[in-house]
Amino acid sequence: MSSATYAGADVEVDAEGFLTDPGQWNEQIAAEIAAQAGIEQLTDRHWQVVRFMRDRYLSTGSAPSIRTLGKASGVPIKELYELFPKGPAKLAAKIGGIPKPRGCI
Amino acid sequence: MPSAQPASNIEGMADRIVILGGGTAGTIAANRLSRQLGESARITVIDRDDRHLYEPGLLLVPFEMEEPESIVRSRGRQLRPGVELRLAEIDRVLSSEGKVLLGDGSSIAYDVLIVATGASLLPGETEGLMGSGWGETVHSFYSLESAVALRQALRDFEGGKLLVAVADMPIKCPVAPLELCFLSDWRMRERGIRDSTQITLLTPLDGAFTKPTCNRELSGLLTGRGIEVVSEFATGQVDADAGKIVSYDGREAPFDLAVVVPVHGGAEYVSRSPGLGDELGWVRTDPHTLQSLAAPNVFAIGDAADLPTSKAGSAAHFQAATLTENVRRHLSGEQLVRGYDGHVNCFIETGFHKALLIDFDYEREPLPGRYPDAHLGPLPLLAESRLNHLAKLAFQTLYWHVLLPGHDIPGVDHGLEAGERAAKAARGEMT
Repeated sequence: MSSATYAGADVEVDAEGFLTDPGQWNEQIAAEIAAQAGIEQLTDRHWQVVRFMRDRYLSTGSAPSIRTLGKASGVPIKELYELFPKGPAKLAAKIGGIPKPRGCI
Repeated sequence: MPSAQPASNIEGMADRIVILGGGTAGTIAANRLSRQLGESARITVIDRDDRHLYEPGLLLVPFEMEEPESIVRSRGRQLRPGVELRLAEIDRVLSSEGKVLLGDGSSIAYDVLIVATGASLLPGETEGLMGSGWGETVHSFYSLESAVALRQALRDFEGGKLLVAVADMPIKCPVAPLELCFLSDWRMRERGIRDSTQITLLTPLDGAFTKPTCNRELSGLLTGRGIEVVSEFATGQVDADAGKIVSYDGREAPFDLAVVVPVHGGAEYVSRSPGLGDELGWVRTDPHTLQSLAAPNVFAIGDAADLPTSKAGSAAHFQAATLTENVRRHLSGEQLVRGYDGHVNCFIETGFHKALLIDFDYEREPLPGRYPDAHLGPLPLLAESRLNHLAKLAFQTLYWHVLLPGHDIPGVDHGLEAGERAAKAARGEMT
């Protein structure tokens, strides 16, 4: 575990840059993580997914999988890949300040 | 039958236990509960048919290492005398009313319900998978019918691009697609067509397997056998006419023969049952007590539960001790034991008469060593050996005669012991 500085705030992150304490997160941090991942502007559709991820993690203790996102976030899977290139569930979790989804075992 | 009956156990007073699903998990649970609770419980298992499939055999059927008819037996005959098997479709569970509605319009009430209906295959969720190439150039092996069709396709295969694709996670037995790659490599070498065959594994994971330590070992084995792994590939569409699989982010993988593991979900009725499951039909379950979050008298075991561990028969076997103890505790008003720790182990067939064995749980990564005893073994962990292969082949006998009847395997920790010791200590009993 190490620390990183986003939007002027020091936060704890894991080896891949996922925040380890969701309580340290804020919207400026989200925007900066997104920018580093190549997403210049977080649109309403991005936020819809990020907020869904975060709410779900905070209420259930685990981050939803891509299929759950596709079924329940209101954004279909194909669009998820357009919004969050490569791994939507992983990237949305990172932007949302929650730990990397275990997703798959 | 016991000679002395407690007064409360007269006919009509017995607790009614209903188990949905007569597969690996449901059968083990039924037999253990029957032995543990005796006449004090009436146990009914509900399933839609009387065909119990030995699922680990599905991997071997395509390679003619197992015959289709030898991996199916009667469900009813795997259940102890006194356990009733009722053949019916399940319409929904009404956990607030303590009853299950059946497909024929009737209903069955329960004191305790155990959900053990496993995972369903959802090939329709992947665009084009069931299209023009299905059964021709596009195959699977997660059902008996598809495993038999793949067997013929592999016989007819004369070289080219063989794709093994995992459409999405979670799937039953997440090592099976890797084993299919290893066994295909072996078979193609034996047939002398390996040089003209490319074998590629498409996986949505960021490596060959979910657990990092294991991933390194398995990636090494795959590379050594000339099997290519394409990771973070989320299958979006199967286009049989063009002979390619396309990922959601637009990458394309060409094939002459594709073997696709379809998307899995929980049983269909779970989504119709208020409060029971999540969006994908997995039953929301406490990972340590196996009690469902829907109601205190509803439990889940095996693939049906949303537990963060592998969906595998060994997991159901290790869960059974905790499940049956907690059903007993629930019925007698005691506090539940947090006995299950996510323990799973699996044999991984690597071909050439060898196999690998891995063993892990919620916290513990699969590590090298020996099993079941850390020093004596005899089976090596996370290393290829002939003994592991022989153990895997012998496993079917063990499955029907030891696992399904709900017996523990000597020398193997069944997880409950530590919880039991703690509970006894808490009650002030000698250990």
